[in-house]
Amino acid sequence: MENHASKHTIAALVENKPGVLNRVASLFRRRNFNVDSLTVGRTHKGHISRMTIVVDAARTDARKIISNLVKLINVIDVKLVSSELHVSRDLALVKVRSDDAESRNGLTLLCERYPARIVDIGPEYAIVEITAQEDIVEGFIEEAAKIGIVELVRTGVVAMGRGTRILDTEYEPIIPVSANGNAHQVY
Amino acid sequence: MLLSGAEIIWECLLREGVDVVFGYPGGAILPTYDALSKYPQMHHVLVRHEQGACHMADGYARATGKVGVAIATSGPGATNLVTGIATSMMDSTPIVCITGQVPSPVIGTDAFQETDVTGITLPITKHNYLVGSIEELPYIIREAFYIARTGRPGPVLVDIPKDIQNKKIEFVYPEGEIRVPGYRPPSKATDKQVRDALELIQQAERPVILAGHGIIMSGASQELQELSERAQIPIALTLLGKGAVPENHPLVIGMMGMHGEAASNHAIQEADLLIALGMRFDDRVTGNLKTYSPHSRKIHVDIDPSEINKNVKVDVGIAGDLKTVIRQFLPGVKSGSHAAWLNRIRDWDEDSNERDIVNTYDGDKLFGALAINDLWKYTGGEAITVTDVGQHQMLEAQYYPHQRPATMITSGGLGTMGFGLPAAIGAKFGKPDEEVWAIVGDGGFQMTLCELATAMQEGIKVNIAIINNGFLGMVRQWQELFHESRYNATPMFSPDFCKLADAYGIPNMRVTSRDQIEEAVQFARSHETTVLIEFVVEKEEMVYPMVPAGADLHAMIRRPKPNER
Repeated sequence: MENHASKHTIAALVENKPGVLNRVASLFRRRNFNVDSLTVGRTHKGHISRMTIVVDAARTDARKIISNLVKLINVIDVKLVSSELHVSRDLALVKVRSDDAESRNGLTLLCERYPARIVDIGPEYAIVEITAQEDIVEGFIEEAAKIGIVELVRTGVVAMGRGTRILDTEYEPIIPVSANGNAHQVY
Repeated sequence: MLLSGAEIIWECLLREGVDVVFGYPGGAILPTYDALSKYPQMHHVLVRHEQGACHMADGYARATGKVGVAIATSGPGATNLVTGIATSMMDSTPIVCITGQVPSPVIGTDAFQETDVTGITLPITKHNYLVGSIEELPYIIREAFYIARTGRPGPVLVDIPKDIQNKKIEFVYPEGEIRVPGYRPPSKATDKQVRDALELIQQAERPVILAGHGIIMSGASQELQELSERAQIPIALTLLGKGAVPENHPLVIGMMGMHGEAASNHAIQEADLLIALGMRFDDRVTGNLKTYSPHSRKIHVDIDPSEINKNVKVDVGIAGDLKTVIRQFLPGVKSGSHAAWLNRIRDWDEDSNERDIVNTYDGDKLFGALAINDLWKYTGGEAITVTDVGQHQMLEAQYYPHQRPATMITSGGLGTMGFGLPAAIGAKFGKPDEEVWAIVGDGGFQMTLCELATAMQEGIKVNIAIINNGFLGMVRQWQELFHESRYNATPMFSPDFCKLADAYGIPNMRVTSRDQIEEAVQFARSHETTVLIEFVVEKEEMVYPMVPAGADLHAMIRRPKPNER
């Protein structure tokens, strides 16, 4: 339901091996694909990781990214999530000035209007966590900047198709993963 | 059976059907070389530079369709493979490179002869592996060969730390299905794709088939010929597609692209349908994309889905194996005739022959073009020719028509100077009963001439034709056309090639006039060993026609008429 015409969101299931992120990043660099954000993390299956890649639709052809990603041997499946109903979330930690009553009040009011909460507060600075759709996070950041941002970190977007749209794989490795990333025989 | 990692490497290679490997030993690969004496059925060719090993494996692979194998040590040994790997990647040839790596415990410590080889070769391999344990070694080698030879073939590198070569395990060869979850090469077209393609073929009045390397690699020559003959569709060839169908076939209209025949380029520009089969619309083939074949609908069949709509937007894009897909087309292909269209192409062809190819050289001067054309004549057009890169390569493409697939071996995509001699040696290992000619320039030959010693040590017979014009000819041609003949860094001193051959014990002959060429071919054939023939040709020859880089495909620079010269 959150379709942004200007952005494509791609989800990729990859083997959970070191070096796979490097392969994907190297592909984007050498094919000159512009990427807004790329996130990666393990799934509920230890041998599978999932990447979410957001690209600017005006600058990069999502089909080209997908057909090239599929060519990487460690990439198991790829889907253009933004072509269907989906949920996407970005998380930001924002360190904001909180050294007077005005800033602390402003922050509290801001957190009421956004899906954000104060997770740490001290005499000088507070850390606010916001988890929302990317454009809402950006709106929040714009307003927090008026109070005074001193530090900011974002996870990048993660996304998932809604309802029965499931991106999963039946694949089970013959051999578990070894420390340097390849599969490894069990005896 | 308790085997070391080194022994497992050889066991796995033998099971892949490998009987010859090209390599160079060194510290980190030494255990593997030590184990070699237990495998007398494996022939190891000692090269003089690892780049040669890679090109030999590549030449072997192109000549036979089998996977070529190159072996090198860590660090400099492995980095010397890089040019060869990139060459193989660009032309989609199946090779497996095995490199030694420093022992696992010291990886990442800048140990002696340590290089991050999987990192360096990541963008120029189809896939690569750093082996992490001896248990996974046989799985990885099996996967490496599978990935190298299937789908769109390509180079695969396996980096093996020294401690894993030394370690021993109870060896059981992994039988059964190979499971690579993220690797599913496409196989065939959908019914709808077939219908859509057939409809375009049926409607076309001015169709042209563009046949590339994929035809040869898929073994689809017969299917292509049948398609072309039944529907009477002319075939233009890419450089790597040469020999895909017999080039003297009346429906073959010649090579396309930068130095393609004018008739092919005109036909492509005026076509109303392009059927691109196993080619990738390289910039050397299309020229300016904005004006490329502007009136045509396009069908593109390629094994690699990422090639579809990459450079040229197509109407029907099919990712699949060519032989399978053309076979899917054939039942629906109706007999056709495009007489008017074929006649039009024939007119261009006659004009082209007259202007660019024959009757252009006068007097008794020896031109590279004529040397190669005579080589074609006296070898009956039946030799496997392996070229280097430059003017002689384009002249080979224009003046040495091939009748069989995989008999013209050349570095097309990467344009690797130095490829010719080692690739010819590799091709001869793959096809020992064939006559193999390395056709090289004086520039490229000097990049890898150290492999003359390899040929002599192996007692292998390659006929070397050096087309010596005393220049880096193709660069000089660009300087003449686009840089007002400022010949910076292109005039080239060379050693006396015949004396050089003498130093290696190689029979040799120098040809300075056209009437010696037949004798030279006889001379080459009369020796059991490698032979070197130096053709001292005109210094400032030009290759025509020429589409300047980025220009419209029809805007060819043609050979000036005699009265314009």
